[in-house]
Amino acid sequence: MWKNIYLWLDERIGFNDLYKNLLDRPEPKTNWWNTLGSASLFLFILQGLTGIFLTVYYTPSPDHAYDSITYIMEGVAFGWLIRGIHHWGATLMVLVVFIHMLRVFYTASFKYPRELTWLIGIGLFLTTLGMGFTGYLLPWNQKAYWATTVGTQIAGTVPFVGEFILKALRGGPELSALTLQRFFAAHIWIIPAVLAALIGIHLYLIIKHGESHSPTKED
Amino acid sequence: MSDSHELSRRDFIKVTTGIVGGLIGAIIGLPSVYYLIDPALREGGKEAWIPIGKFEDMQVGTPYPFSFTRVQVNGWERTASSFGGYAIRKSDSPEDLLILNSRCTHLACTVNWSAEAEAFLCPCHDAAFDIEGEVLDGPPPRALDVYAEHRLTEDGIIEIFFKEA
Ligand code: HEM
Ligand code: FES
Repeated sequence: MWKNIYLWLDERIGFNDLYKNLLDRPEPKTNWWNTLGSASLFLFILQGLTGIFLTVYYTPSPDHAYDSITYIMEGVAFGWLIRGIHHWGATLMVLVVFIHMLRVFYTASFKYPRELTWLIGIGLFLTTLGMGFTGYLLPWNQKAYWATTVGTQIAGTVPFVGEFILKALRGGPELSALTLQRFFAAHIWIIPAVLAALIGIHLYLIIKHGESHSPTKED
Repeated sequence: MSDSHELSRRDFIKVTTGIVGGLIGAIIGLPSVYYLIDPALREGGKEAWIPIGKFEDMQVGTPYPFSFTRVQVNGWERTASSFGGYAIRKSDSPEDLLILNSRCTHLACTVNWSAEAEAFLCPCHDAAFDIEGEVLDGPPPRALDVYAEHRLTEDGIIEIFFKEA
């Protein structure tokens, strides 16, 4: 019976084509540095899953944010594990994405026809940083509060529109419940949506162009 | 390199990827399930003796109302829940006391004693219970719950035994 179900699905989906085009692509002879894009993707998925689990207990309100995180760490089974993965995974992801970017630069893989892949990549790096920035505030502890105060203050030094940017980020002139709430919305809805869309385009382009060869002496 | 060699290398990678992937999935997946259902596995059930009033204030034949609140810690928040009931004294003996829970057995509204109707009336769906807590009228599936254990303190106060759900 399973075989029939498989055949029925295969006829309509075409597992073989999927497999060939997605996983069984020809690769030039390269090295482990070329796995860092896939590592970024894995970390993105891991952050997504652990992040979803964290929202089951986390509350984005100044009254309860800190207590709810303490509860996750001390009260819930394996809360420390879920939060630990999300916490360290965030730093690791920024690092891995950055090194991936350096590798693409070093092997000059950003050249024709991959300029767009590179530009989308810049978007990916910036949104990854955005995830870090917005996520850092959520525990609502001293470090988070002051880091965001300073971060938004820096954004406020932009000539002419600085004050507007500062207020837009904080949801008002000062850090408040509104700041926490909009950082939360950005962290779990807005930025991940942008990130997922950009990753989709990034991967499409990579599959379309195939992996670049490592440059040789002659290049 | 021969063809068969090439194949076995590929298979090796496939199997290793499967095993490593499965391991990572299990290491993260199983704790995640536990993490999600943790609140459902909690044993609540703090126990306490709760004073509800002086025995001498309770009159034979007239239900004596009482209420109390319990603070429960749910996650990172304290929630106060109210409870209430009626003590019905039947004789001089403090043993001879029926203590009803005023939570309607239909859908948990609070019933009130009506001297006029000589019944506990529920405002939500018009149920009526008699002074023993038996259903007279309306949708409730069973009689009012009772606080089964009570005791008289040295100061003449009735206390009931309460166990959190
Ligand atoms: C969330 C972040 C990112 C993810 C998930 C991701 C994913 C990937 C994957 C899976 C590949 C396949 C090749 C490899 O693994 O090396 C790749 C290649 C590439 N990435 Fe990224 N990437 C990210 C960020 C970036 C950034 C920040 C840049 C540069 C600004 C960039 C530019 C490129 C380019 C130009 C290629 C093509 C390289 C080639 O064909 O040799 N990516 N990316
Ligand atoms: S809740 Fe009391 S009658 Fe429905």
